[in-house]
Amino acid sequence: MKPLSIVVRTCCDMFAWFMVVFGSYVIIHGDVTPGGGFQGGAIVATFMALLLVAYGGEKVLSWVKFSFYNGLLIVGLLLFLLFGFSGMANSFFYNFLAVPEAVALAGGAHGIIPPSGTIALMDIAVGIEVTGGLTLILLYMFKGTRMFNLIEMGGETGHDSR
Amino acid sequence: MRKTIFIIAALVFGGLMLGALDSIHPFGEPGNVPMDEYFLHHALEDRSSENVVTSIVFDYRGFDTIGEAAVLFTAVCSVLALFREGAKK
Repeated sequence: MKPLSIVVRTCCDMFAWFMVVFGSYVIIHGDVTPGGGFQGGAIVATFMALLLVAYGGEKVLSWVKFSFYNGLLIVGLLLFLLFGFSGMANSFFYNFLAVPEAVALAGGAHGIIPPSGTIALMDIAVGIEVTGGLTLILLYMFKGTRMFNLIEMGGETGHDSR
Repeated sequence: MRKTIFIIAALVFGGLMLGALDSIHPFGEPGNVPMDEYFLHHALEDRSSENVVTSIVFDYRGFDTIGEAAVLFTAVCSVLALFREGAKK
């Protein structure tokens, strides 16, 4: 796919980065405003969709690093499991950092961690995971369908060569 | 012949579905009220998270969310298996 006109490219440049900022906002404020990790991650993944539409696969796929988004996927999932296991002293997925609302309103919350405890932290972890996962799905499907002729196919893998 | 069997089966299963509609509870009267009441009245006090949906997803039902995250991971894996490049000669 060839790049689209300069009007489309300029609009997509602006809105792609706006989507990253807006999605990060939805992820980080997941425990106080409507939204959360899954929804915010899907918004951040729109970044790659806009770039693929505007610039075409050849340019974007030579620029993007698949291993980065692979790392986001793995790190997000492992962080999520880590927060789940860290409440293990009580039970699996116990919210050990939560502060009751009355205490939090009286100033008893701890520093930088929100009073909702692991809810906010898991939101961020799942947001990282969904960002990486949906972007990987987008990139792989675009590469496999739209750029099929450009891939040097050596046959199906994982079978006997006869 | 196949058409007759199909029509009979559709009538039987359609009748069973319509019969089952009789025993679902009426609209606006949920089944498990005490649990809903607990979430509505205690979620904000206990967890101080204004978004009750998120506090249910990540705290009260955190174990289900592992499954949700695993579903996404599996989706990425299957897309990778479908669309990856063939072996380079």
